[in-house]
Amino acid sequence: MIAQLDSTVARPEITWDGLLPILTLGVGALLLVLFRSLMKQLPKAAADQAVPVIGGVTVIAMWVVGGFAGTDVPLAGLRDGLGDPVFFLGLLIMVGLGGWFAQYLRLSVDAALTVMIGLTSLAATWGVWTDRYEIDGAFGLVGDQLGADGFSLVITGVIASAIVLVALLLDDYLEREGMAGADMYVLMLFSGAGGAVMASANDLIVLFLALETLSIAVYVMAAMHMRRSESQEAGLKYFVLGAFSSAFLLYGIALTYGAVGSTNLIVIADFLEQNRLVEDGLLMAGMAMLLVGLGFKVAAAPFHAWTPDVYQGAPTPVVAFMASAVKAAGFAALVRVFVTTFADHADDWQPAVYALAILTLVVGSFMAIVQRDAKRMLAYSSISHAGFILVGVQAASNEGVSSVLFYAVAYTFLVIGSFGVLSIVSGEGDRGTSLDHLDGLSTRRPALALALTVFLLAQAGVPLTSGFVAKFAVIGAAVEARSYWLAIAAMVTAVVSAFLYLRIILSMYLGQAEDDAPTIRVPRAAGLAIIVALVITVGFGLVPGELDDITRDAIPVLIAAG
Amino acid sequence: MILAELALTSPYYLVLSALLFATGATGLLIRRNPLVMFMCVELMLNGVNISFVAFGADLNDVGGQISVFFVLVVAAVEVVVGLALVVAINRRRSDATADDVSLLRG
Repeated sequence: MIAQLDSTVARPEITWDGLLPILTLGVGALLLVLFRSLMKQLPKAAADQAVPVIGGVTVIAMWVVGGFAGTDVPLAGLRDGLGDPVFFLGLLIMVGLGGWFAQYLRLSVDAALTVMIGLTSLAATWGVWTDRYEIDGAFGLVGDQLGADGFSLVITGVIASAIVLVALLLDDYLEREGMAGADMYVLMLFSGAGGAVMASANDLIVLFLALETLSIAVYVMAAMHMRRSESQEAGLKYFVLGAFSSAFLLYGIALTYGAVGSTNLIVIADFLEQNRLVEDGLLMAGMAMLLVGLGFKVAAAPFHAWTPDVYQGAPTPVVAFMASAVKAAGFAALVRVFVTTFADHADDWQPAVYALAILTLVVGSFMAIVQRDAKRMLAYSSISHAGFILVGVQAASNEGVSSVLFYAVAYTFLVIGSFGVLSIVSGEGDRGTSLDHLDGLSTRRPALALALTVFLLAQAGVPLTSGFVAKFAVIGAAVEARSYWLAIAAMVTAVVSAFLYLRIILSMYLGQAEDDAPTIRVPRAAGLAIIVALVITVGFGLVPGELDDITRDAIPVLIAAG
Repeated sequence: MILAELALTSPYYLVLSALLFATGATGLLIRRNPLVMFMCVELMLNGVNISFVAFGADLNDVGGQISVFFVLVVAAVEVVVGLALVVAINRRRSDATADDVSLLRG
């Protein structure tokens, strides 16, 4: 019964330059692991000298890879640029600045290399966006197994930025906890590459493989802290529930395949547009299973049970990565599969997402109030944010997708900033994560307290922050889609969770710190990450136009080359 | 609008697949030994594999059978990571069951 393979199958078109953002992350991870396994222990002097060199190389790598990604004629930009003395001088100055800055941040070699890979991927994403997507529109990669559309490019950019910021947070964290080494960075890069593939997958099997690449690396990252039992427990719990949810996702893929006859999203979308299934039981079951599997990944209630435990137990910078990049990739997959592929069956899945969104909003915001641990509380608050993003997904419209994207971008920086502050405050062994440890933070570290205040206000959705614009956009999309009750539920739960953020802010400013509280040391790299997150949060709040334009341009499409 | 109907010649395989999947899911929820829980995950994944092969045969499409190879690889990788986690936990506390792993609760 096995169909004969056609021997004249055309060689798939790879489109290397469009693939560069993803390739940089994956190949970067491989090179990093190779480099570190060849030289386990760098001599101190060599390590000190390597960091500024890496800083300089970063600038060149961003320029070259970004140029490759952006133009169809490789190295054309390189040649022209070098001929121009002003440009050449500018580049030299930038290289020098990059080297000095890396030195100033006192980065370790591994962190510096990770930041370099992340920034290079970001530059490549920028190149593909400006020189290809904005001119020619979306295009297929690797024989249409992947698609580079605006949506996947923005999510890739989000993941690359998350990698850069989390690497800055991790640098000092790993040093403090005696876990210095490249393993965490390599896992993070692999996970990021998986997430980027997931956001651009045009095939359900590719999506499944990417999801596993993303998740398996994160299971290990959560369990990496060998001296904290909580960390290993978090890893095991995340693993068991993650594997459980992957199995559901896979069953959903199998059933969809059985109903439609292909796992390719383009074929599925075409088939569903042109045919009406007589017996759609298989497809309905498949869609339900897919929703369960992806619901686990994005921590939508009632599939959220793992989130608080894992967020509390895992190393804090890893939590920042899980809440930003992993969640963004999960929502990217959700949008790609449901909003774009099952667009003609929106009537069937919208009620389910509607129910999930309301439940997630309510569980997230109400459970957050009763928590005593800051990480646990932020875990529930991240569940309620997932609810808001689901409100945008439920709209199943272009407005909805733009608002989902806007929310994902804004939330990434918010959450990395929040967990970044928490990681610094909690001190060695992540011991001080209880809410009491935040009492009187304003007298101990006024700048940190101010930063956390801004992040929490943004999470609450106070105007002039990116959180407000994001919440406004998803609720607007829900109203547009006539889901009035959902919009009302979102507004009410936003008020409920605002109470909780204000409680923390009050305790930071009015609470009394214990006299024997340890001094808080703010490392330069982590400080930079928090400042960047802060600037972006306030910046997108004051001038949301730019990001709004980008997210409106970034509608996912399923496109087959030729 | 074309009315499409896919006639399945092998509903029995699908029932078997669903049973295996349900057995695995139930086992994962009620068993407390992490190793048995991993086996249950394997059972779920292999249940899905039967579906893939059955659908592939019905549709006369080789894609379903190719998918099985990817799933096998993923299952193997998951077990490697899972066992590593169990070993790491058992180094600190021997004979841990899933109930002992309970420092984190709200």
